[in-house]
Amino acid sequence: MFGQSLAQELEYRGISRRDFLGFCSSMAAVLGLPAAATEAIAAAVENEARPILVWLEFQDCAGNTESFLRATHPTVADLILDSISLNYHETIMAAAGHQAEGALKDTVRDNQGKYIALVEGSIPTGADGAYCTIGGRSALEIAREVCGGAAATIAVGTCAAFGGIPAAAPNPTGALSVADAVPGVKNLINMSACPANAENITALIVYYMTLKRWPPLDRYRRPLFAYGKSIHDNCERRAHFDAGQYVEAWGDEAHRHGHCLYKMGCKGPATSQNCPVVKWNEGTNWPIGCGHPCLGCAEPNFWDTMTPFYKRLPNVAGFDVGSWVDPVGLSLTGLAAAAAAAHGIGEISRARLGKRPSVEEKAGSE
Amino acid sequence: MAHIVVDPVTRIEGHLRVEAEVEGGQVTQAWSSSTMFRGIELILKGRDPRDAWAFAQRICGVCTTVHAIASVRAVERAIGAIPPPNARLLRNLIMSAQVVQDHVVHFYHLHALDWVDIVNALKADPAKTSSLAQSISDWPLSSTTYFTGVRDRIKAFVERGQLGPFANAYWGHPAYRLPPEANLMAVAHYLEALDWQRRFIRIHAILGGKNPHLQSFLVGGMATPVDPDSQDALNMETIAALDKLVSDGVKFVSQVYLPDVLAVASFYKDWASIGAGIGNYMCYGEYPLDDGEKPELMLLPGIIRARELSKVESVDQSHVSEWITHSWYEYSVGDEKGLSPFEGETSPHFTGPKPPFERLDVGQKYSWLKSPRYDGAPMEVGPLARMLVAYASGRPARVKELVDLTLTKLGVGPQALFSTLGRIAARSIEALVLVESMDRWVRGLADNMSRRDYAIQDNSKWDPSTWPSECYGAGFHEAPRGSLGHWVHIKNGAIVNYQCVVPSTWNAGPRDAKGQPGPYEAALVGTPVANPEQPLEILRTLHSFDPCMACGVHVVDVTKRDLARLRVS
Repeated sequence: MFGQSLAQELEYRGISRRDFLGFCSSMAAVLGLPAAATEAIAAAVENEARPILVWLEFQDCAGNTESFLRATHPTVADLILDSISLNYHETIMAAAGHQAEGALKDTVRDNQGKYIALVEGSIPTGADGAYCTIGGRSALEIAREVCGGAAATIAVGTCAAFGGIPAAAPNPTGALSVADAVPGVKNLINMSACPANAENITALIVYYMTLKRWPPLDRYRRPLFAYGKSIHDNCERRAHFDAGQYVEAWGDEAHRHGHCLYKMGCKGPATSQNCPVVKWNEGTNWPIGCGHPCLGCAEPNFWDTMTPFYKRLPNVAGFDVGSWVDPVGLSLTGLAAAAAAAHGIGEISRARLGKRPSVEEKAGSE
Repeated sequence: MAHIVVDPVTRIEGHLRVEAEVEGGQVTQAWSSSTMFRGIELILKGRDPRDAWAFAQRICGVCTTVHAIASVRAVERAIGAIPPPNARLLRNLIMSAQVVQDHVVHFYHLHALDWVDIVNALKADPAKTSSLAQSISDWPLSSTTYFTGVRDRIKAFVERGQLGPFANAYWGHPAYRLPPEANLMAVAHYLEALDWQRRFIRIHAILGGKNPHLQSFLVGGMATPVDPDSQDALNMETIAALDKLVSDGVKFVSQVYLPDVLAVASFYKDWASIGAGIGNYMCYGEYPLDDGEKPELMLLPGIIRARELSKVESVDQSHVSEWITHSWYEYSVGDEKGLSPFEGETSPHFTGPKPPFERLDVGQKYSWLKSPRYDGAPMEVGPLARMLVAYASGRPARVKELVDLTLTKLGVGPQALFSTLGRIAARSIEALVLVESMDRWVRGLADNMSRRDYAIQDNSKWDPSTWPSECYGAGFHEAPRGSLGHWVHIKNGAIVNYQCVVPSTWNAGPRDAKGQPGPYEAALVGTPVANPEQPLEILRTLHSFDPCMACGVHVVDVTKRDLARLRVS
């Protein structure tokens, strides 16, 4: 699976050692590793070689592809894009038709059990597979063959991870997640969200190259480094929630001053992702930072369980506490609420809001 | 005669298949097929209309704003919400940033490799490349040293033997005609554009929280707070950031994108008489410059028929019908009739070959796209249609000025616009006109702040209890790839029916009952094909439309009586 060493890449690309270490340092931060890990990441990325990737698009909108193109640290992101050998990606690749199919076929044949498959979009099972064909073959047939021969499969975005919008009720095409459509694939990792954040996709690849294993996952097979905490727990507006300061109408004083969006329907308490920490588009902003509630897009079946989007989540611990608590007790109450939120809220709301997917039972694993 | 199948058509959004007959070195007939279906309009039924924009937005992650915009406009028309001036300005900025970024990405990352031979760039003399670059633009990254570095990077990449996404392509094909220096310059700008698009789209993160799939739309306005005295709202710091991103955008488009289009086009002038296709063009109009029911639009609506630039017809939505004679759907009135979108029906019914298959039966049904028609005639939509309507109307004057400049520089007449090359040129001209317009909308926001106008939302219509028990609305938008319409029927606060008629459906749809081909199909006829095994020239004409197939596949499901009640904006 490994080709050329990356040390030479640095030289070819005129990237200074300092820039490179800067990149490794921010990767360590994304992965939640101590500062000392920077050197280890640098050593790993330099000495190891280039994993072969194939990126499949099925019932998708290409949003995850576009997200991937927004990966930050521009110069070094170029390095990473080129340092993996991306042998198939319909949106980017120069070849088309038979030549494109040939690239995929050769890669799968010559690298059995060694390449990494990334899947974007859900996989339809209705109409004998005719709801999505590529080169005359059904998405399901392609997924079985390509994911079946991969060292690992990364389901990028909520459609591939959990079925996403095509699988939302009434699921007109029988759309399934990778886990449900192709049970038993090796090392399946779900990078959910709509779309998945480029920082997290890149971090996952660096994690693998650095530590030579795949990261620990939560019960939905999502890496803990990106999905280990709720939006609510890391939210910059959390203090306003604890203090009972809520936006009541769009554009009101509270809204203009960054108060809590819970009453406007925010799904942050029921959603696990690192948006508040990593943010989007070179760390520029994130939805709550832009005054709009979280939609819960990293969660299974969010199109059905988190809607109506502007309806308040039921039973969130700590809601409205601040309106009556005395100033001295505030911080303690806040801590208690934070603990409750961290341990139970996601569960409660999911149980109340609807069904959960069969991802865990059906996914293969090592 | 050779029958060519190109599937997958790559460097597009979505799943497109083209079959073509080639005889005497050129395409004699072509069939365009979309091979993916999701049914998002069916999924929207029964849901809260205020949520619809988020669902519709997921139709496409490339043109990630366009369905959200059309959706909120449709629902606003239905319930009578009126977004305040700040929301109009925020939306104009979001829409124009989308078009500008999308056009640049299309030219460099989806289209350029049809014209630019990366491998041939290795033969370039960096000093001559530098002279070439400096002769066409003031862009500062143009030294011999710079191009030497780019060449050496590409050389190292090629020599490594792992070409990744550039493997198995058409390098060395006789249809590539750029000298090595122009190839090297274009490759350098391919890499620069990859960086630039990521920076420029920060405008969307500032105004929409993230890109792709911005999250600041609201029925009735925008969720982006405006307040110069808050650190949690658009303030002077973000206005300054927007200013900087916009001025950097003007520089990149005027000093890199436009000169590159002219440079590449000058070597491929024969493509100014290839790929015209249908010759009818339609634009709904876009970019409201003031508020209210009938705002003045920066880009005018209009129809041009049969390449006749002396006459611009007005557009009337009631002339639109959709045909499914060759689409995998059924109509209760029979598949040989066209239905107005308001009378449309939904019944996906796949009758093609069971996968895996080699060939589609193109005499029967062969696509998940329908065939929209205006007065029964196919229409091309998109940047070329918009620029033609603007050019023929003389407004905005900047379009006429840039079109004339382009024609003069290439030494061709206006008829050259009706071509594969014309689409590419129109896209670059539109990008410049729009990026130059963004500054006034940024200033508009600052002006409103100076008047202490911080309103972003019509809160009077937020609560569904304020809505009529039953209402209808339509919202229109000029998306990067052309004219887009959403129709919604709401009853007791929930969506009864939802419909989209989308740019790529207009352009990529199959034949209709009369056997009239769609714009892609017509444009491919006459396209030269040097080697049927390597469909490079077919990709050139297809890519000139910027295909976006996930957008194109939609489901119509509106009942007959909707027609009379529809409120069209």
